[in-house]
Amino acid sequence: MTARALQLLRGIVTGRRGCGCEACPLAPALQTRTVTLFGSPNVGKSAIFNQLTGSYAVVSNYPGTTVEVTRGRARVGDVLLEVLDSPGAYSLAPFSEEEGVSQQLLLDDPPDLVLHVVEAKHLRRMLPLTLQLVEAEIPLALDVNIVDEAARAGLAVDVAALSRELRLPVVATAAATGLGIEQLRAVLAGPAPVPPGTSVAYPQAIEAAIAQIAALLRARYRISTRSLALLLLLRDAGARERVRAADPGALAEIERIVAEASAHYPQGVALPIAMARQEAADRVAGRVLRKTEKRIRPSLAETLGRLAVHPVAGLPILAGVIYLMYLVVGRLGAGVLVDLLDKRLFGHYVNPAVTAFFQRLLPWPLWSSLFVGDYGVITLGARYALAIVLPLVGAFFVVFAVLEDSGYLPRLALLVDRVFKRLGLSGRAVIPLVLGLGCDTMATLVTRVLETRRERVLATFLLALAIPCSAQLGVILGLLSSHPLGLLIWTGVVLTVFLVSGSLAAHLLPGEASRFYLEIPPLRTPLVRNVARKTYARLKWYAAEVIPLFLLVSVVIWLGELTHVFPLVLAALHPLVHALGLPSAAADSFLFGFIRRDYGAARLFEVLAGGGISGVSLVVATVTITLFVPCLAQFLVMQKERGLRTALAVTSVILPLAFGVGYVLNLILTASQVRI
Amino acid sequence: MPELELSEQAEEALASVWSERETSGRGELAARELAGDEAARKELREAGLIAESSGMVSLTEAGEAEAAAIIRRERLAERLLTDVLGVGEGLMAEAACRFEHVLRRGIDDQVCTLLGHPRVCPHGSPIPPGACCRAGANAAGKVVSALADLAPGQTGVIAYIQGRRRDLVPRLLAMGAVPGTPVTLRQRFPSFVLDLGNGQVAVDAETARDIYVQLKAVPPAALRRPRWLARRFRLRRGQSKRER
Repeated sequence: MTARALQLLRGIVTGRRGCGCEACPLAPALQTRTVTLFGSPNVGKSAIFNQLTGSYAVVSNYPGTTVEVTRGRARVGDVLLEVLDSPGAYSLAPFSEEEGVSQQLLLDDPPDLVLHVVEAKHLRRMLPLTLQLVEAEIPLALDVNIVDEAARAGLAVDVAALSRELRLPVVATAAATGLGIEQLRAVLAGPAPVPPGTSVAYPQAIEAAIAQIAALLRARYRISTRSLALLLLLRDAGARERVRAADPGALAEIERIVAEASAHYPQGVALPIAMARQEAADRVAGRVLRKTEKRIRPSLAETLGRLAVHPVAGLPILAGVIYLMYLVVGRLGAGVLVDLLDKRLFGHYVNPAVTAFFQRLLPWPLWSSLFVGDYGVITLGARYALAIVLPLVGAFFVVFAVLEDSGYLPRLALLVDRVFKRLGLSGRAVIPLVLGLGCDTMATLVTRVLETRRERVLATFLLALAIPCSAQLGVILGLLSSHPLGLLIWTGVVLTVFLVSGSLAAHLLPGEASRFYLEIPPLRTPLVRNVARKTYARLKWYAAEVIPLFLLVSVVIWLGELTHVFPLVLAALHPLVHALGLPSAAADSFLFGFIRRDYGAARLFEVLAGGGISGVSLVVATVTITLFVPCLAQFLVMQKERGLRTALAVTSVILPLAFGVGYVLNLILTASQVRI
Repeated sequence: MPELELSEQAEEALASVWSERETSGRGELAARELAGDEAARKELREAGLIAESSGMVSLTEAGEAEAAAIIRRERLAERLLTDVLGVGEGLMAEAACRFEHVLRRGIDDQVCTLLGHPRVCPHGSPIPPGACCRAGANAAGKVVSALADLAPGQTGVIAYIQGRRRDLVPRLLAMGAVPGTPVTLRQRFPSFVLDLGNGQVAVDAETARDIYVQLKAVPPAALRRPRWLARRFRLRRGQSKRER
């Protein structure tokens, strides 16, 4: 209901009419066509999507940012294109959870046209996927993207020849500059036939198995039976599920055929199948690729790219990146922006004005306190969300978008892989972990890019335990900025907990360590427009996630006060807080932390910045609140992504651990009589 | 111990017991399923390589070692033929069979070193390791090498990927590690970084051991430079370009 209303509203705002449903009286006589963008990670699918629809999909120079499917619309003449941007997939048989989403799109909900996006420079190794799509017998067009970079590398693609070879429409584009987008629009709106292209010839044993399996598949499937048979041969879970539903009787016989065919290949059938596809792709590539003049001198970006992964030179660059992050989040965000918004805007103008207004409007303190009291919806909820948390998170998202678009993150991944192996993770996991420094909830969603369930659980655990989100980070940096020793202790303790608990968890959780292999894209200068759009999209997600919760918290506390439950809960927390050597006033920041990490941090900031607390307590409080609880939002996402049992297990480990570390730290610091 | 000179028939018979264990996991083979004729069986029995009881044949300790050596020669021969000589599937079985008998003890270690101590045959069956593999012997003139044994700056083309993990091979292929693709190792630490075709890829040490590279030309400089130095502190940009 609301979704429909929103869609209508959006239509009014953008001048598009109709609600998108068929037979809508508002809809003009447009022919709608669904188009799905398909292709390997990092070939510019999202950039193409943006160019086509003008709306926003998160684009980045890192394999694996499109976790959910993004939809948008474009109009070409009389055709309304419904464009879907799918997560990157190397093959029709998915390797990871997110690739599964792309496969699902084709198996269950096939679009009117699939646009396979490939990178010109890597045409040779991306063509096998094109051949798989041809094999699936679905309407198909090919987009050879990033032709400008290929030209610089001395490579040209003969698009006309490629189109003849594959017998399907082919367009060359450079999405970042908009080159070829008009032709692409025309192709997408044009006729969309199933390409009659030649299929790949596999070794005899495999061909025989394909024929036998195909003969058993009686039901109607969205993709060709040949294609489905190949997926079954590769023991693809998605294909099996479809066959189990449609041809349940055939499954046992199919399994026998698969086992028989696999016996011919000790290393599995994947290799001969992949090699046959590659051979066919090589034949095509050989006819359409031309070498041109190549630049000899490496560009500045290339030199910098090499230095960034160098074991020695890479470290100062990493330090520089961290310092940049500190400058933007710690100084600009926590210092300048929060000061401006919280102290000036809310402290001097908004809060007094609103308080006066509500006290006049609602002369009953009981009611006015809902809006403007100590825990008022506006004076506390809105202020925390808008003046403290949003500027911090926003500043972080800007930095993260720059890092993503520049291509630095994969380089960081290869630098840390050896350390991460100790934690049972591969270097790939830096992406969610670094994003966790922005918002752990969002990062927990992004752990989907990791390949094994073990790795996803370990990353989820570390995110919940030892990765402070940017609100916490900003607040902690703000609190400890005048205590350099305290900051050092905080960093040391959190880092130690991260490493020790990570390696312990890796030992306890059964399973093999993940392998690390990652494409290193060239360093690219981030486009201001992309960074701005991406930050905006993330902030929008964040605001939608956070502001209602913040307001809700205010209401719940107000109710709690009203019913005298809240003071009781706080009183129950006091002994725990005192055990850490903290004043009673810190109790409510822990309580708030349950609901949102950042809320707790913001509260702590207010309680502690007031002064009257020792340096030791400050360090103990910041350490405990960093480690302590995945917040409600994060817990909900954990439960959704990993299951309730894992979420509960993670939480029940973290709570005692956080307080335990805080307790021991307090004992040590007090006993050693350090002055912080 | 004097060099055993088994007949071709006897070697085949011995190898068939080994293969049986690989495919079915059983350590013995019914006597009538044994390859070769009665004479071969007799020869093996007299050399003390097989033990027979109630119609079943199994390997003795000496037989175990001899069978491993035979299998090793056979599979190394297959590797040599595919990786270096480019002999296709059709011809291979026969050619490998002849080659195998030529690779007598001692020579097989040299071939193995030349091929970078491969761990599986082109069909994916394990090659029993020899003394050279355990010693990690390195040859200046080797033609195939695991990526993990390359020095930064060395170039070649991808020869093959050996995947103990079912999913590894297709993923590496998808990233561009397709046999025949030119490859240059850029650095070894903290991860292996390689120029692969037109792109760049990073892999960990375990994966680098699974990627085998047919070496084109070994830059003499790379061999003279102490390994630890080459490993850590050289970026070696542009070296391969000059060669081209």
